[in-house]
Amino acid sequence: MTEPPEALPGHDRRSRLLGNRGFLISTASTIVFFTVVTVILVAAPGFDAVRESFFNLEAMKESFFGVPEEGLPGIGQAFLLNIRIFLIAEVLILILALVIAVIRSLQGPVFFPFRLIAIVYTDLFRGMPLLLVIYLFGFGLPALGIRGLSTQSEVVYATAALVLSYSAYVAEVYRAGIESVHPSQVAAARSLGLSRMQSLRFVVLPQAVRRIIPPLLNDFVSLQKDTALLAVLGVVEAARAAQIYSAYRFNYSSFVVAAFLFILMTIPLARLTDWLIARDRRRRQARGTP
Amino acid sequence: MTEAVRVDEVRKSFGELEVLRGVDLVVQDHEVVCLIGASGSGKSTLLRCIDLLEEVDGGRIWVEGMEITAPGVDQNAVRRRIGIVFQAFNLFPHMTVMRNVTLAQEKALGRTSAEARAAATELLSRFGLIEKAEEYPDRLSGGQQQRVAIARALAMGPDLLLLDEVTSALDPVLVAEVLDAIRELAAGGMTMVIATHEMGFARDVANRVAFLEEGRILEEGPPEQMFSEPREEATRLFLDRIIAAGRM
Repeated sequence: MTEPPEALPGHDRRSRLLGNRGFLISTASTIVFFTVVTVILVAAPGFDAVRESFFNLEAMKESFFGVPEEGLPGIGQAFLLNIRIFLIAEVLILILALVIAVIRSLQGPVFFPFRLIAIVYTDLFRGMPLLLVIYLFGFGLPALGIRGLSTQSEVVYATAALVLSYSAYVAEVYRAGIESVHPSQVAAARSLGLSRMQSLRFVVLPQAVRRIIPPLLNDFVSLQKDTALLAVLGVVEAARAAQIYSAYRFNYSSFVVAAFLFILMTIPLARLTDWLIARDRRRRQARGTP
Repeated sequence: MTEAVRVDEVRKSFGELEVLRGVDLVVQDHEVVCLIGASGSGKSTLLRCIDLLEEVDGGRIWVEGMEITAPGVDQNAVRRRIGIVFQAFNLFPHMTVMRNVTLAQEKALGRTSAEARAAATELLSRFGLIEKAEEYPDRLSGGQQQRVAIARALAMGPDLLLLDEVTSALDPVLVAEVLDAIRELAAGGMTMVIATHEMGFARDVANRVAFLEEGRILEEGPPEQMFSEPREEATRLFLDRIIAAGRM
């Protein structure tokens, strides 16, 4: 068996040299670029006004902590709700989407009605703008007057809308992963006497899930931001809190604070995605062509 | 002797393409039958039909006296009794060698983890692979992977082993180690149906050789007769081409 090839010494030296020179060039170009951008911004006629209404440190601090005696919610506090909703929705999406994907991959005429439901569901929720789903759930379900279903809070309706909408996407991601596993793997599993479900569980899904982690994390970065859409039902999450602040103080620095918090939350996931993709590529290269 | 396999007038098409056009074959217990013939003659499809990986379009198949093509047969139970080894190994890449061999023992046969490991350890030692037990398949050579695949099939304790061109995907230098493992199984009395292009190996190991052409078994007989004085012109032409290609 041939071992994975070590990096060639010549190749290594060359790339390090390139790296040094590349570092100098990239540093210089970064400095020049941002200097130019700063000069243009500062020279803009409205710069002082923008700095005052968007980057006012006092207003930022005040909006982050809120002013309880005036009834102004803190963005920091409100953001915890975004995080909670995101975490709960994420788990529910992973489960529901998997169920839908498995139903769609079931073969045989017996399962036709289930496959049909899964297909209709995916088409429906992938096709509808998330904002409309949230409105429909937030205003429609309470109007139905069904006990238990119609007496939940707006947070529950909006989270349900997020889960159903995203599950339709994530189910397709799962399905792509399942279909990327070569049929010979199923043949091998079935030939050993494993049932269809056992083959799926022990052989197909573990391989599929590994392959779809990067696109899956990408969808979750998107989900983190879309928790802000709860604002349309009047839920006081970070974006809504920022809006309330700006309405009371005529200062938009609160939006910058909220935006910064969202960025802060999505960056770790984005870097994790990059790292996983890079690791996957390194592995495949180490193995040579599979 | 009792019959291990009886194949009766089996037909199989893929769309327009008729791959098996009425195959008859009987394999006795402890017998080794080699299927030879050009690529596309139906060797692989016949093996896959016997393992119920393909549904036959016509004809019937019995294994150890039970008709496996009858409606209502528990296909998983049938497959547990038949082992198959594929040309491309088809090991599970996300599992260690050990797990590859123990998985189906636990999930399909209901053996405990300790029992499964004991059986796997014994088989892997026999094939000289025990030091690879905790490696992943992609760290193994093709020959090693194929021997793991054979061990995985044998771990289920099959009555019958089907081998589908198991050396065709291997570097020439790795072919011998796999063929030796199969010879050892034949010496141990394992019933086998082997699709192969290795004529020298077929002559050594087979009790009987069957020549397939265009989805039918054109001729069968003991290897001495088949290789030295085939009755059919088509068999002789096929063997001549093999000899010309240096494969015999």
